[in-house]
Amino acid sequence: MKLTLRVWRQKNAGAEGAMSTYEVDDISPDMSFLEMLDVLNEQLILSGEDPVAFDHDCREGICGACSLVINGDAHGPERTTTCQLHMRSFKDGDTIDIEPWRASAFPVVKDLVVDRSSFDRIIQAGGYITAPTGSAPEAHATPVPKPDADFAFEHAECIGCGACVAACPNGAAMLFTSAKINHLNVLPQGAPERETRVLDMVAQMDEEGFGGCTLAGECATACPKGIPLMSITSMNKEWLRATRRASKR
Amino acid sequence: MARTVWGSTVGKKTVMAVSGLIMLLYLVVHMIGNLKIFFGAGEFNHYAHWLRTLGEPFMHYEWTLWLVRVVLVIAVVAHAVSAYQLSRRDIRARPSKYVHSKPRASYATRTMRWGGIILGLFIVWHILDLTTGTVHSGFQPGHPYQNVVDTFSTWYGNVIYIVAMLALGLHVRHGFWSAAQTLGVGSRARDRALKTVANVLALLLTAGFIAVPVGVMTGVVS
Amino acid sequence: MTSYVDYTTGEPVADTKAPSGPINERWDKRRFEAKLVNPANRRKQTVIVVGTGLAGGAAGATLTEQGYRVVQFCYSDSPRRAHSIAAQGGINAAKNYRNDGDSIHRLFYDTVKGGDFRARESNVHRLAQISVEIIDQCVAQGVPFAREYGGLLDTRSFGGVQVSRTFYARGQTGQQLLLGAYQALSRQIAAGNIEMHPRTEMLDLIVVDGRARGIVARDLITGRIDTHFADAVVLASGGYGNVFYLSTNAMNSNATAIWRAHRRGAYFANPCFTQIHPTCIPRTGDHQSKLTLMSESLRNDGRIWVPRAKGDNRPPNEIPEDERDYYLERIYPSFGNLVPRDIASRAAKNVCDEGRGVGPGGQGVYLDFADAIRRMGRKAVEAKYGNLFDMYQRITDEDPYEVPMRIYPAVHYTMGGLWVDYDLQTTIPGLFAIGEANFSDHGANRLGASALMQGLADGYFVLPATINDYLARNPRKSAADDVTDEHPVVQEVLAETEDRLNLLLAVDGDRTPDSFHRELGELMWEFCGMARTDAGLRKALERIPEIRDEFWRRIKVPGTGEEFNQSLEKANRIVDYLELAELMCLDALHRSESCGGHFREESQTPDGEAARRDDEFGYAAAWEFTGTGEAPTLHKEDLVFEYVHPTQRSYA
Repeated sequence: MKLTLRVWRQKNAGAEGAMSTYEVDDISPDMSFLEMLDVLNEQLILSGEDPVAFDHDCREGICGACSLVINGDAHGPERTTTCQLHMRSFKDGDTIDIEPWRASAFPVVKDLVVDRSSFDRIIQAGGYITAPTGSAPEAHATPVPKPDADFAFEHAECIGCGACVAACPNGAAMLFTSAKINHLNVLPQGAPERETRVLDMVAQMDEEGFGGCTLAGECATACPKGIPLMSITSMNKEWLRATRRASKR
Repeated sequence: MARTVWGSTVGKKTVMAVSGLIMLLYLVVHMIGNLKIFFGAGEFNHYAHWLRTLGEPFMHYEWTLWLVRVVLVIAVVAHAVSAYQLSRRDIRARPSKYVHSKPRASYATRTMRWGGIILGLFIVWHILDLTTGTVHSGFQPGHPYQNVVDTFSTWYGNVIYIVAMLALGLHVRHGFWSAAQTLGVGSRARDRALKTVANVLALLLTAGFIAVPVGVMTGVVS
Repeated sequence: MTSYVDYTTGEPVADTKAPSGPINERWDKRRFEAKLVNPANRRKQTVIVVGTGLAGGAAGATLTEQGYRVVQFCYSDSPRRAHSIAAQGGINAAKNYRNDGDSIHRLFYDTVKGGDFRARESNVHRLAQISVEIIDQCVAQGVPFAREYGGLLDTRSFGGVQVSRTFYARGQTGQQLLLGAYQALSRQIAAGNIEMHPRTEMLDLIVVDGRARGIVARDLITGRIDTHFADAVVLASGGYGNVFYLSTNAMNSNATAIWRAHRRGAYFANPCFTQIHPTCIPRTGDHQSKLTLMSESLRNDGRIWVPRAKGDNRPPNEIPEDERDYYLERIYPSFGNLVPRDIASRAAKNVCDEGRGVGPGGQGVYLDFADAIRRMGRKAVEAKYGNLFDMYQRITDEDPYEVPMRIYPAVHYTMGGLWVDYDLQTTIPGLFAIGEANFSDHGANRLGASALMQGLADGYFVLPATINDYLARNPRKSAADDVTDEHPVVQEVLAETEDRLNLLLAVDGDRTPDSFHRELGELMWEFCGMARTDAGLRKALERIPEIRDEFWRRIKVPGTGEEFNQSLEKANRIVDYLELAELMCLDALHRSESCGGHFREESQTPDGEAARRDDEFGYAAAWEFTGTGEAPTLHKEDLVFEYVHPTQRSYA
C-alpha cells in the first residue's frame, strides 16, 4: 500500500504547529498503525529529519499510552486503541490525517504527544480506597454481589488514554472521571469515602480546565474499552447524593 | 450547598436540568391552553381572562399569573446564565479544532446552543408581540384571540413562530433526555423509555404550537 | 585483554540475611531480627524508587504509609502505564478457597519444582506465605476480581498446576492489580509524601563510599539531566526481555536501570534464564515491532496440534482428525496441553523445526477451540475467552470461532536479574531490586500467574519490612551526611552520562537505532532463544562485540539532547542491550546443563527432555562486571534444598 500522511508537527509545547505531508510506500495491511509510523520514522531518520514523536508503549491495547486522532476520530475508524488498529482498515492511495488529542487540559508536548497529567491529578483527588498495606481484612469477609462486582469491573476497565476528552466537543473528562467513581463507589470497600470521592474528583476535574458535559455521547463512541455513556449518569447521581448529604452535615 | 452546585460543572448542569424541566412543564400547559383557540374567540378569551383570576378569592387578580411569571423568569435566567457560562468554559476547554473534523452527534445535540439562542430571542419577541403588544401595531389589550389571528396573518409572524417551534422541538428532544441523565435518573433499562418520552414530548409540543398558525393560515381560525 | 568467554570464578556469594530454622518460621524470624526505624525518624529518610509497576507502585505506596519520604520515577507519562498492566491471566494465592488440597506448602512446592530447582527455598516459601495477604490487600483496595454468584471470589487453574488457586479479573488481572497500586500511590502523591517524576528515566546509579546514594536521571521532555539523592535506592524497573527486540514486553521497557547498577557493582544473576511464552500471536513480517501474548488460560480449553505430515498446506478445517498430531497430549498424557511454559514452547519449536509448523514461514501451531465449542457451546466459550478471541481477530483478521488460532512462542519474562539477598538487597549496600528486576523467586522457569504475585509480594510486604533494617543501620545523622552535586563521584557519574548521550548524538552515522536493535534481537533469538548450543552461543559472543563496534561507528540519532527525543532514548537503551546480551550468552554458554527456560541441546534425555545437572549447576550464577567486553567474574551461590528434593521434572 502507498499512503499519504498529513501529520501534526510541533517542535515543543511553546512552538506553533502545522500539518506536514509525507509519503510512505510498501505498507502491509497486516501492519499495525504504529508500525506504519515506525516505517515513516525510519525513513525520516535516514533522511536526516526529526522523526514524528508519538506516545506508545505496550502496543496491545491496555497501557493507554497511544493517543492519535486519525481522520478526525480518536484512535481511528475502529473501536480500539491506535496500537491495535491495523492498516487493513485503510485503502491503497488513502490520505490519512494524524493529529494529537486536542484539549486545553492536554497541552501538546511535541508533535503527537500530549501531557495527560491532569488525569493523574483527578485520581489523586480521590480515585482510591484508603487501605494501607497490612490493614486489609480477610478477602472473603465482605462478599460483593456479582452484579456489583461486574459493574465495578466494567468501569475499572478504563485505560486512561484520554480518547473521551479528545472526542468530546467540549473537551470534557466526564467519562474518565465517572468510570473511576463508579468502579469504587459501587463496592462495599469504597463506601466510606463514597461522598468525598465524587465531590473531590469532580472538583479537580473542573479545576483542570476540562469542559462540561452536554451528553453528546462522543466520548462513549470513542472509548476503546466501551465504558458506557450511562457511566456519566451514574456519576451525576452520586454527585447529587453526595451534595445533599454534605449539606446535611 | 448552593456554592457547591453553582461552582461545579455538574452542579450548573443540574441547574439547567431543573430550570429546563420547569419551563417544559409550563410549555405543556401553555400548548394545551393555546389549542382552545380552535373553539372560538369566546372560549379562548374567557380562558385568557381566567388565567388572571386563577386562585381567587385566595389570590388577588393576576397574582397567580405573576407568580408563574416570576418563577419562569428565574428559570429562564438561570437556564441562560448557566448555559452561557458552561458554553464559555467548553469553548475554552477545546480551543483548537481538528484539522480533519467531522460532525457526528445527532442534529438535536449539536443545535442545543444555537437553538437556545433562537428560543431566547423568540421569547422576547413573543412577549413584546402578544403580552405587552409593544411590537404589535393594532394590539388590542384584553382580546388575545384577535391578537393571535392578527399576528399569524402576517408572513413574518408565521415564519418566526414556526422556526422557533421547530427549534423548540429539537431542544426538548435532547434537553429532556439530557436532563434525566444530569439528574441521574437515567439507566440502561430506562433509556429507551426516556428517549421515547423525549421524542413524544418534542413532537407534541411542536405540533400543538404550530397548529395555531396553521389554523389561522388555512382559515380554520379567523 | 583476555577474551570475554574466559571468565574467572571468584569467591562464592552468600545470602547472609537468610534466616535459618524451620522454613515456615523464617520470614517471621527475619522480620523480628530486622532493626526498625523510629517512626519519627522515618520522615527524615528518603528512598528512591525507580519504576511504578506492581513492585514499584506497591513499594512507593507502602513505604510512604510507613512514614518514609519517597522520590519515584517512571519513563511513561503516568505511573499507571507500567507494563504490569498487560498481564492477563491472574495471580496465584494459596487461599485454598476451593478446598482442593491447596496450601502454602503446595504453592511453595509447585513454585520450586516449576522453577526447575534453581530458586532459593526460603524466598519461595516466603512468597507462598505472603500470597494469601496479597489477595486480602487487593480486595480492600477495590480490585474487582471475578466473583461467584454468592459474592465470593472465583478462582481458576492455570498453566502447570493441578489446583485452582489463580484469582483473576477477566483477562485483565495485571491491569486491575496495577491500578490498585497506582491508586494507593496516587493517594500518597496527593498527600505530598511521594515526589513523583513521570517521563523521567534513570540513566545511572550513584554509589558513594560503597553505598547506593542516588541516581542520575533524564527528564524526557526537556532533556535535562539531574541528580537525585536518597538514603536507599530501590530498582523496580522490570525485566530485560527487550534484548530480543521482539518480545511481549512494552516497547519502552528496558534494562538500563539494572544494567547501569550492574556496571556500578551489583551482581547480575542467571541472565540466561529467559521465559519463552508458548501462546503468542505469530509474527506477520519484518515490520513486526512487538509480539502479543494470548493468555495461557486458553490452554485450559484449547487443544494444540499440527498436521502429522510435513508441509501439509491444507486449511486446518480440511485436515481430518487422524492426520492431526495433538503433540502435547501425545507426549505428556497426564498434563496434556497444560504442561509448563518452557515445555510447551520447546515442543512447539520442535514440531516447527520438523517442518510441520503452520502459517506464514511455518512458524506456528494451531490452538483449536472446535472441541470446546462443541462441548460447552459457543456462548460459554465466548463468556470465558471472548475478549481474547476479539483481540486475536483484531490482530490477525481471522475468526478463532471458525478457524483454529495460530500461536507461536515468544520472549515474555526474564527470571534472571540483579542478584539480591533475602532482604532483596543487591551486592551494593543500599541498593534494592524488586519484582522482575531481581532474580529471586522463579528459578529457571516461572509458573503462570506467579509474576503478579511476586511483584506485589516484594512491593507491598517484603521490601517495606526489610529495608527498615538497612535504613536503621545507616541512619541519616545530619545534613553533613548528604551527598551533593559537588561530590567528585557525582561529578564523574554525571559527566559519564552526558558524554555517553553526546557521543550518541555526535556519531551521525547511517543506521537507525531500530536497525541495530533488530539485528541484535534476531541474533539473540537464534542463538540464545528456545534452544542453545555451545557453537551457537560462541558465534553470538563473537558477533555481539562486532555489532557493538558498528553501533558506535554508524548509529544515527537525529535532534539534540535538550529536547523530547525518542530516538536518543532508544539508542541509549540499545547501548545497554549490546552489553547485557553478551552476558546472557556467556551465562548460557557456561551453564552447559538444561534447566527450565534454558535448554542446551547438548544436555537432554534420550527422549529430548531437558536434562538438569544438579551436581555441577545447582547454583545461582551471579556475575560481576569488570568492564565493557571484559571477561566478568562468576560468583556462585549454592542452592540448598531441604524441603523439596530435586527430581527430574516429569509432566508425562
